[in-house]
Amino acid sequence: MLALIPLAPLLGFLVNAFLGKRLPKSTAGGLASAAMLAAFGVSVVAVWRLAALPADARAIEQTVYTWIASGDFVLDLTLRLDPLSAVMILVITGIGSLIHIYSTSYMHDEIDSEFARYFSYLNLFAAFMLILVLGANFLVLFVGWEGVGLCSYLLIGFWFRKKSAADAGKKAFVVNRIGDYAFILGTLLIFVRFGTLDFQQLAAAIATMPAETAAFGVISIATLLLFIGATGKSAQIPLYVWLPDAMEGPTPVSALIHAATMVTAGVYMIGRNAVLFSHAPATMLIVAMIGVVTALVAGTIGLVQNDIKRVLAYSTVSQLGYMFLAMGMGAFGAGIFHLYTHAFFKALLFLGSGAVIHALHGEQDIRNMGGLKRYLPVTYWTFLIGSLAIAGVPGLAGFFSKDEILFETFAAGHWIFWTMGVVTSLLTATYMFRLVFLTFHGERRHDAPAPEHPEEESHAAPPHAAPPHPAPPHGGHLHDAPPAMAMALIVLALGSVLAGYVGVPHALGGENRLATWLAPSFQPPSAAAVEVFEGEAEAVGEEEHAALEVTLMIVSSAIALLGIGLAAFIWLKRRDIADSMSRQFAGVHRLLLNKYYVDEIYDATVVKPIVMASREGLWRGFDVRVVDGAVNGTGTLVTAGSSMLRRLQTGSVLTYAGSMFVGVVVILGYYLWR
Amino acid sequence: MIPLSHYLVVSAVLFAIGTAGVFLRRNLITILLSIEIMLNAVNLSFVAFGRQFGNLDGQIIVFFVMTVAAAEAAVGLAIVIGLYRHRESLNPDAFASLKW
Repeated sequence: MLALIPLAPLLGFLVNAFLGKRLPKSTAGGLASAAMLAAFGVSVVAVWRLAALPADARAIEQTVYTWIASGDFVLDLTLRLDPLSAVMILVITGIGSLIHIYSTSYMHDEIDSEFARYFSYLNLFAAFMLILVLGANFLVLFVGWEGVGLCSYLLIGFWFRKKSAADAGKKAFVVNRIGDYAFILGTLLIFVRFGTLDFQQLAAAIATMPAETAAFGVISIATLLLFIGATGKSAQIPLYVWLPDAMEGPTPVSALIHAATMVTAGVYMIGRNAVLFSHAPATMLIVAMIGVVTALVAGTIGLVQNDIKRVLAYSTVSQLGYMFLAMGMGAFGAGIFHLYTHAFFKALLFLGSGAVIHALHGEQDIRNMGGLKRYLPVTYWTFLIGSLAIAGVPGLAGFFSKDEILFETFAAGHWIFWTMGVVTSLLTATYMFRLVFLTFHGERRHDAPAPEHPEEESHAAPPHAAPPHPAPPHGGHLHDAPPAMAMALIVLALGSVLAGYVGVPHALGGENRLATWLAPSFQPPSAAAVEVFEGEAEAVGEEEHAALEVTLMIVSSAIALLGIGLAAFIWLKRRDIADSMSRQFAGVHRLLLNKYYVDEIYDATVVKPIVMASREGLWRGFDVRVVDGAVNGTGTLVTAGSSMLRRLQTGSVLTYAGSMFVGVVVILGYYLWR
Repeated sequence: MIPLSHYLVVSAVLFAIGTAGVFLRRNLITILLSIEIMLNAVNLSFVAFGRQFGNLDGQIIVFFVMTVAAAEAAVGLAIVIGLYRHRESLNPDAFASLKW
């Protein structure tokens, strides 16, 4: 049954990829959405069956076939559903279905074949993502890991005729390759050290070992390599640079791949190897450090960006930083919880921004927006809910998960990380509401869609889509999200409100069902092997923390409200403060606006030297001199040799007869006198 | 009785004459004739050996050689006539156009 889950979108991909050109849009889009809904249905059934099993034996396994069998080493293509995968497949297929439905409306301006191509990529992505989270060993996970990377590349560069989109796709692909290289090295190291790639066998093998505290040993190096892979996929320092550029892709893609699902693969991978990582405290500390620094850095960049999708992109990087902070603290449940709530509200925010961009025919600069609240009520209210949820306002999804992370961090005694986390949460609230206020409140700063301003219209035209009908179908006035888009927005808004209630902490009288549900995934499979494992279940059980937890919640709620208030004050009441501040701190402002010049630094230190070495060393040095030299040298040698040898061929019959005679005499003489 | 070595010496002398003719003469007809001399030198040694060892095989082989030689003369002369029509010459050096 498990194989059906990735198979459904895979079939959708095949149909759309090979027949899509001949299918009308409704069929292509409907088919893709139906494939996702089917996968969602099967996932629900599978998770239902999983939940019926006793808590310590919750795993459904299906071996599709034996992939590699070589001597003692057997590697099966095995899918395994356990509590962690269950959460992931529900998020992927559920939110994926909504985004497919949303896309049928959002991408409607594309021509038929492009439309089908889009949906085939989207389905292929879903199939690979499901393989990634269902894989029972590193190699199956790696198949999914690379597959989603490919689909991400294809979808970022979906509008490949636009240079910036094609470049962004390449950048994402190359940056991810760096991470994947480390990832596969880590996988190999684990195989060499433990002789297995199966997650459960690995966890069982490692559970009996002591944690590597003093020395920086094999486990630390292996986990660190895996973590570098995760920083590539999940956009953490130092490999986060591709994610903001990935916003060149269609907005639903940003929602699905670059916010809700694929970028969480790194977090998932650490959760999947929780036992392994918790045996490498050095790596865990690095994970937490990278996570919190990324959260803070991305948050500051998000504060000054003007592209609506870029703000959300940096916000994604920042929230992923939170998840890694939780992972690094050993609070795997909290990290996955945040992954799960984040999927809802970040998908919602991206789809909301997509609705805005759709309404404004491609305008993405929030300086040209404002006052949209009146025209786009559905978009506004759902976007507001998403912003409240991400800001951590009490009662919404983000509140529970973010507070759990901050609490776990504080409880672990890392108050520096906690402070940085709280500052990030202030930044989150501020930049999100800056976005809300600049986009939806105030007065309209842009009238472009009205056809009576042709010169502005051309300015506002989407640089990418080049819709076949440049005149907006709704005349001069802005249209709110069409039904398919509105439906997705509303469902996700409901999710953003309600998703957090599966993990209400004990301190607030809840039972944190999600943590209990996930706990078996983070522990070694056999109960006998359970030793000192500082995991979720243990920390949550401690009741004396309840008072502390409530206090911390009050602090972070206050911080969130402060951030919202700050944003309201600056961007709603006194825009001049923002302007004067950016003038006063012109240096800082420019630094942030240029994203700390990280791209430029990478360009100067990595890209340029590699290009230089390739051109001068590999091309002009090795290729031209050595490779071409060898090829041309062979030719010259043969020509020279044959120009000497051809003199033997005189054409004179007598010469030939003479040499034959001499040959016969010599051979006979040899046999006679030897 | 004339000993075997005499026959063999005559045969060798004939063969050498034939070989020299093949290499030194500049006329295709003469070269063909020289080849006939070489063949008959060999025939002579076959017959001599056959007689020496009281064995008919040598003489039978000679019949074969003569048959083949007749065929060869026929084909060879035909080729020579063809070549002559082509180049107006019987000098083998005129037919060196097969070189590289």
